[in-house]
Amino acid sequence: MDARFTRGKSPVLERALGRPRSELSLAAFALLFSELVQYCQRRVASVAELQTRLARLGHHVGLRALDALVARERPGRRETKVLGVLLFVKGPLWRALFGREADKLEQANDDDRTFYVIEREPLVNTFVSVPRENSSLNCAAFAAGLLEAVLGAAGFPARVSAHWHKGTTLMIKFDEAVIARD
Amino acid sequence: MSRSPGRKQENHKISRELFVLTYGALVAQLCKDYEKDEDVNACLDRMGYSIGIRLIDDFLARSAVKKCRSYSETADMIAQVAFKMYLGVTPSVSCSSATGNEFSLILDKNPLVDFVEELPAERASLCYCNLLCGVIRGALEMVHLAAEVSFLQDRLKGDAVTEIGITFLRKPEDRKHRR
Repeated sequence: MDARFTRGKSPVLERALGRPRSELSLAAFALLFSELVQYCQRRVASVAELQTRLARLGHHVGLRALDALVARERPGRRETKVLGVLLFVKGPLWRALFGREADKLEQANDDDRTFYVIEREPLVNTFVSVPRENSSLNCAAFAAGLLEAVLGAAGFPARVSAHWHKGTTLMIKFDEAVIARD
Repeated sequence: MSRSPGRKQENHKISRELFVLTYGALVAQLCKDYEKDEDVNACLDRMGYSIGIRLIDDFLARSAVKKCRSYSETADMIAQVAFKMYLGVTPSVSCSSATGNEFSLILDKNPLVDFVEELPAERASLCYCNLLCGVIRGALEMVHLAAEVSFLQDRLKGDAVTEIGITFLRKPEDRKHRR
């Protein structure tokens, strides 16, 4: 850890955090994502484990995406309410990462800790076709991990999972403490 | 599985950050799974190869370029059209051999390392962008051009620029086929 700071300062650190300069092709991301899924698939024995691995990778992405995004979209203000952070997720976050807002944001009827982010066709599943024997696999587990990392790092610890419902639904279950604090 | 006709996927672009961070997550996972840098590099190269053999289809479909008549045209095509299309940057090409089959692409800006400050001390020989080498190699192989692609210089390892070397493996010959 110490060796890092004795080497020359990386130019990356000097750059200002501007608007993202360009967009890249969907085909490249789709192929990269497919390699990622294939790599994970080779190392696991069950669908649930595959989803866990994808979620972990999404987690990695989410942690790093949050800071830059908040600094750009909401400078000077931090979301402290559950509804605020959910609207931030549905709108600016989803738009910045996936190019469009999530389709719907709903709350569970019977449980005030559970919310749903619904998307008919998530970007990560654009070119994914799931064979019948693995029909419970939803590669949006990657997005679920991403969302879990974002919410956790924003101060709203939650469990997020991906389900096949009205397209793809990400079910967010906040910790008790988060709701109690609201 | 086919999509209903008429549903055109209009949005063919994705956020650069998502792509770059996903690549970073992949490399981080590989580093956790493999202890040796050579294994990680080899794995990235293999993955890049599988991506390249498919990416070439997308490239040819979207760019409608004519057949390249020489190795230097091919190298120019990779740098000016393909890199621009997929990574949004245009490396400069230089020919580094008299026989005309060794080229290098000099990347001034590499989007894949947008968020990478430097390599950790214990991963000093990791080729972070080795996927790119595999992609170029795979794509070239699908158009029947065997090549060896590797990193000659890497900014993350302290060099001044990032340089990818492409060595075409067959003698440049007259491309007219006699049937």
